[in-house]
Amino acid sequence: MPVSHTEHSNPGFAVYVHWPFCLSKCPYCDFNSHVRESVDQAQWRSALLAEIDATAAETGKRRVQSIFFGGGTPSLMPPATVGAIISQIAARWELDADAEITLEANPTSVEAGKLSGFAAAGVNRVSLGVQALNDADLKFLGRGHSATEAIAAVDLARRFFLRMSFDLIYARPGQTPAGWQAELRAAIAMAADHLSLYQLTIEPGTGFEGAVRRGQFTPMQGDMAADLYEMTQEICGAEGLPAYEISNHARPGAESRHNLVYWRYGEYAGIGPGAHGRLHLDGRVYATANFRKPERWLEAGRETCGMLSGRDQSIEMLMMGLRLLDGVSTARYAALAGAPLSSAIVQELCDQNLLSQTGDRVKATPRGRLLLDGVLARLLG
Amino acid sequence: MTKLSHIRNFSIIAHIDHGKSTLADRLIQMCGGLAARDMKEQVLDSMDLVRERGITIKAQTVRLNYKARDGETYVLNLMDTPGHVDFAYEVSRSLAACEGSLLVVDASQGVEAQTLANVYKAMENNHEIVPVLNKIDLPAAEPERIRQQIEDVIGIDASEALEISAKTGIGIDTVLEAIVTRLPPPVSPGGPDAPLKAMLVDSWYDTYLGVLILVRIVDGVLKKGMRIRLMGTGGVYIADRVGVITPVQKLVDELGPGEVGFITANIKQVADTRVGDTITDDRNPTQSALPGFRAAQPVVFCGLFPVDAAQFEELRESLGKLRLNDASFEYEMESSAALGFGFRCGFLGLLHLEVITERLEREFNLELITTAPSVIYKVQLLDGGKIDVHNPVDMPDPVRIEHIEEPWITATILVPDDYLGAILKLCEDRRGIQKQLTYAGARALVVYRLPLNEVVFDFYDRLKSVSRGYASFDYEIDGYEPGRLVKMSILVNEEPVDALSMIVHAGRAEMRGRDICERLKDLIPRHMFKIPIQAAIGGRVVARETISAMRKDVTAKCYGGDATRKRKLLDKQKAGKKRMRQFGKVEIPQEAFIAALRMGDE
Repeated sequence: MPVSHTEHSNPGFAVYVHWPFCLSKCPYCDFNSHVRESVDQAQWRSALLAEIDATAAETGKRRVQSIFFGGGTPSLMPPATVGAIISQIAARWELDADAEITLEANPTSVEAGKLSGFAAAGVNRVSLGVQALNDADLKFLGRGHSATEAIAAVDLARRFFLRMSFDLIYARPGQTPAGWQAELRAAIAMAADHLSLYQLTIEPGTGFEGAVRRGQFTPMQGDMAADLYEMTQEICGAEGLPAYEISNHARPGAESRHNLVYWRYGEYAGIGPGAHGRLHLDGRVYATANFRKPERWLEAGRETCGMLSGRDQSIEMLMMGLRLLDGVSTARYAALAGAPLSSAIVQELCDQNLLSQTGDRVKATPRGRLLLDGVLARLLG
Repeated sequence: MTKLSHIRNFSIIAHIDHGKSTLADRLIQMCGGLAARDMKEQVLDSMDLVRERGITIKAQTVRLNYKARDGETYVLNLMDTPGHVDFAYEVSRSLAACEGSLLVVDASQGVEAQTLANVYKAMENNHEIVPVLNKIDLPAAEPERIRQQIEDVIGIDASEALEISAKTGIGIDTVLEAIVTRLPPPVSPGGPDAPLKAMLVDSWYDTYLGVLILVRIVDGVLKKGMRIRLMGTGGVYIADRVGVITPVQKLVDELGPGEVGFITANIKQVADTRVGDTITDDRNPTQSALPGFRAAQPVVFCGLFPVDAAQFEELRESLGKLRLNDASFEYEMESSAALGFGFRCGFLGLLHLEVITERLEREFNLELITTAPSVIYKVQLLDGGKIDVHNPVDMPDPVRIEHIEEPWITATILVPDDYLGAILKLCEDRRGIQKQLTYAGARALVVYRLPLNEVVFDFYDRLKSVSRGYASFDYEIDGYEPGRLVKMSILVNEEPVDALSMIVHAGRAEMRGRDICERLKDLIPRHMFKIPIQAAIGGRVVARETISAMRKDVTAKCYGGDATRKRKLLDKQKAGKKRMRQFGKVEIPQEAFIAALRMGDE
């Protein structure tokens, strides 16, 4: 289903549902994930449904254009719970007939077996955490599946879902351009309409951070990582899966509609532990954040709900929007910020081949996307 | 008033660690100047820093009453001299106030360069010199060899050198007796009835009494209540207190010819008094001032900036407080694009600079950035004008300059034979001209003429490191000479960085330029564009490095939950920029300047 690129001023309303549990914690992951011996499924199901009720009570009616089950590992959820949540969202808000409903899944054989159940529950798109296509690197990344298992899970998912994506983590320590090229080509051959290709980042508080500190491995140098990134753009573009965001590639029209709501800075509700929302209430924009710890969330749900100033919104809009190849509307920025972007700085960044400007839109160039954090610091500094 | 024949004014000449302060303490103790329980270790060195570094900064004095073997009681005035190379003038004035010196030499270490320089100054002042071999109790003591060395190197008779141990007390009595019998009493050409003529030997600030002036009376009598005139500066004051230091301050009614004591005269700051000035009676002034007076002139300059801009006012106050007691350094406000607001300061020498900056950091808890030390250049302009420049920023455009003169020094270095080669190479590398090379036993005595600007640039450190600390060094300012001097600018991304520009000899510019460019290349973080770093003389680039552009700086994953975190991260980055200095489009962390200025550490 092609997605309209024109509705930037109203990117739509999306619902994010967070399932915080994993069987084990991967050493690169800094997401809100927790390992628990057992989960009281009934309690969790009713808590998630209750939060949908409460949030819908705040927002009133909305046309939900996408739902995203993220985690954690949402493929560990009982399909019935997934179904109940979708029904509740449809009941409390209003679900678009062609709403995109994505669920993240680990490509283990056990979870692959549940894919038909998720499809039956209403999920119409899956995103598989494949991460690598060789066993040595999968082991390094702490994954609980083999390459063969992952490939089988991708094949199976393609049978149940028309829309399917999977993730790979690259720029791993010691990875060679030739090795990555072969792996990437293999991935493209398996891919349906979407790929997320993330460069390995050593995040604070993760297992990898400790390993690097202890000298167990050295992260790839920036210049080498940049080479791999550029190679990735070239290959994916040639193979019909161009980037539409820093790390996301899709056949034209197959972009993740849900994630586009974030990047186009639309409205979204966050359900579950650690989930964030941006709610538009009475003409104001509120940032909501739930308690991260599962047990704490069960007790108290939301931790903060603060109004964002126009300036805050303009910063977030720019920061998210420049990740897209499509860039941002300068008029929208100016309306939120109360003042336009400095034309001198924009010109300077254009001169440095980091930004380009056509009419109302400012975009990051390919070089600018690789340096986006610096570009943003300059624009907003 | 004491009879001239019963006064002895003397100083002690010694190298650091050769036992000057210990000997002084013993002399005070033996003469009952202080009860044992009042005896703090090394009374004369009252400042912590002085005690730690073994450097006496302010000359001090003590008056002792000694009952000699001839049954008479003598007044012995020990004039302590500042013991470091930068205070050559102050040393010469202290020596001029005495008639004799004890030359204290470590009986195992032998004569050092600094001792040598001060002995020569004492000889110029017609001092009688009594050699004293200290630390005679140590197993390594070789009195015979050192005696011979004193004769060879200094050229004075050492056959009657005293052998003592200031630490254990051996031979202290022979020192006191030698002071009385071998040193001459002071002379007073005019006697007590002549108009007052006294030398201002030193002055310092006392929290309770204000400015104290140490005086040596030549002619006439200085009485309490007298209206005195400082002939050099023209200041007129009432001497409201007259006293002696025993080392406890003791008030007296008057000081007569040959005597040493202190006065207070309601003088507000030390800067109003000049070492070497002549003090006279305002109502009955002397006809001729004492010879040798000159104003202290700073020779080494640098910028001092607070690391934390908020400490600027504190720095200003601290400098003011230090100057209360040390009029020999000067400062004026300076602002730098790189380092913000600070002060341009002048010092008597490099060691003086170090002492002052260390005191600022230690006693006033300031964190400072010190720019590269500079000397005073005399710039002859084509239009006939002549200007003094000690800040590269003030250097006129080369097309206006006829020529530039720089100060030279005569350096005396004593070094064990093993390191002679390295020392000669160091001096040659620094444009030195050898004047003398002689041997004294296993040590070489090297005299070089050197441009001062080569010495202020890490010369001490290099000297110490190439001789493993065995070389000793002294210098005297030795006039100005024209030199091929140029201003070298450091450009970061085509923008000159003021704090890093310097005046160098044309022949050394390329090397210095390359050194600083290489350092900056490692110190300045990569930016989104490539940054040329250049050392340039006028329009000519003499060294160049390039910091390549950063290629990757992007967050891999950014979804709905990351917006808040990422926005806060950007705010934090903004706050972090406060320690960055902006040069055109380039941000340079302050740490990079500090590291780049800390030249010669490797």
